[in-house]
Amino acid sequence: MTPDDWLESARADAGRRGLPDLRAALDGLARAAGLLRAADWNEDASGAAGADRGAPPPAR
Amino acid sequence: MTAPASLPALVDLARAIRAGDTSSEAVTERCLAVIRDRDPAINAFIAVTADAAREAARAADRELASGHDRGPLHGIPFSIKDLLDIAGLPTTAASHVRRGHMATDDAPVVARLRAAGAVFVGKTNLHEFALGTTNEESAYGPVHHPLDATRSPGGSSGGSAASVLAGMAVASIGTDTGGSIRIPAAACGLVGLKPVFREVPTQGVVPLSSSLDHVGPLCATVADAAAIFQVIADAPGREGSVPSGTVRGLRLGVPRTYFLDLLDDEVARAFDETCARLADAGVILDDVVIPHAANIAAIYLHLALTEAAAFHSRTLETQPDDYTRTVRVRLEAGRYVLAEDYIRALRGRDVLRRDVTAALEGRDALLLPALAVPATTLGSATVRVSGVDEPVRNVTLRLTQLFNITGHAAITVPCGSTGTGLPIGAQLAGPSTAALLRVSAALEPWIRGHAAAGRA
Repeated sequence: MTPDDWLESARADAGRRGLPDLRAALDGLARAAGLLRAADWNEDASGAAGADRGAPPPAR
Repeated sequence: MTAPASLPALVDLARAIRAGDTSSEAVTERCLAVIRDRDPAINAFIAVTADAAREAARAADRELASGHDRGPLHGIPFSIKDLLDIAGLPTTAASHVRRGHMATDDAPVVARLRAAGAVFVGKTNLHEFALGTTNEESAYGPVHHPLDATRSPGGSSGGSAASVLAGMAVASIGTDTGGSIRIPAAACGLVGLKPVFREVPTQGVVPLSSSLDHVGPLCATVADAAAIFQVIADAPGREGSVPSGTVRGLRLGVPRTYFLDLLDDEVARAFDETCARLADAGVILDDVVIPHAANIAAIYLHLALTEAAAFHSRTLETQPDDYTRTVRVRLEAGRYVLAEDYIRALRGRDVLRRDVTAALEGRDALLLPALAVPATTLGSATVRVSGVDEPVRNVTLRLTQLFNITGHAAITVPCGSTGTGLPIGAQLAGPSTAALLRVSAALEPWIRGHAAAGRA
């Protein structure tokens, strides 16, 4: 699940649960998750080093 | 705004009590009088235990008179953050969620203080469940800064800091998950110590984030922090001796990139002046780099919110309206974190730990500001820094949360004040609490700007 996909489903769930003010917190988490996924310490099943991987999809 | 010329140091009061210049009962009565006079406006306390404090103070005086000396904390009035259990009292965590709670035992830290003769004057207000840095979200109302009622004393241990600054307690015990001891200590001109992770037990303390939570003191001086740490730590240790009064040749690393990028102008000036004083005294300062500093907030957010959400998941379902709205929303956000991102944050923690350890190599400590801004205005979600409005929570956590992630010891020491008298704090970090305390004690006069010329 990309951060964008995650954010879309999290926003929808928060809305369904009557928590619209979660939106800003979820946006912040999505940005943070994007940073974590782009970090150079991540291992990759392909064997590629962090810097060799493509950038993750940006969080909206 | 009138700042106290100097707060009474715990170790000085301990000496005065033993010399017969004062008594535990007199010091305790003074604290209780200040609570009575000032706390209606400051709101530092959730519960005041005046009768028990008087009884404990009189017992301390009787024991000391009979030659039974429990050490430097004997007879000293403490306040305790209302996140720690004191037997026979509710632990509210400043939340209606805890309504009806009653602690049956002292937390180990409280038990150790009690065995050392400490006198408990009450339990202090905090940001609800310690999840915030301003103390504004509390079931018991906000805490007001003792020097300026329109401002926050910082948080989450804001009641603890306010109680010591106002003279309602000589020292306090707080908790620190992202800076909750050091932030209010810096905002209130106190010394605040976050020991190495797990050096001080967290049993009997309502958790926020189990892998980030620390317990430590807020007090007037580094010597006071050391005296308290000796009592509350599992194995305090004594390594890292620094010859008294000698700072020449001590080595401090200053992590400029990221840590000095977003500072209030007066904080930046006070920090620069602190560095200059230390350099003049013969301390060797050099720049260091934390290569993954840009990831600190992302790692912290994923660890802190996820762990907090796990603890609160049931009550978020069963009594959601008992939380303040902002804290509830933060906790709910943690329930959405993906496990794979939490794992990435755990790996990031290892990377940051290596970064900090490498930066400390060949140095006695790291030196950086403790809090990027002076005490913030109550009711403001943002604070203006370098011409930009930044979220208060992000700015206040920015310089402290790294050492919760890595577990290194960190301490804040007052290093100046703004033009309007609001305190500014410097922060030192190191691999060992005992060694950090010794280095900090040696540097303290120069950090505060109190050292006489030629003492280096």
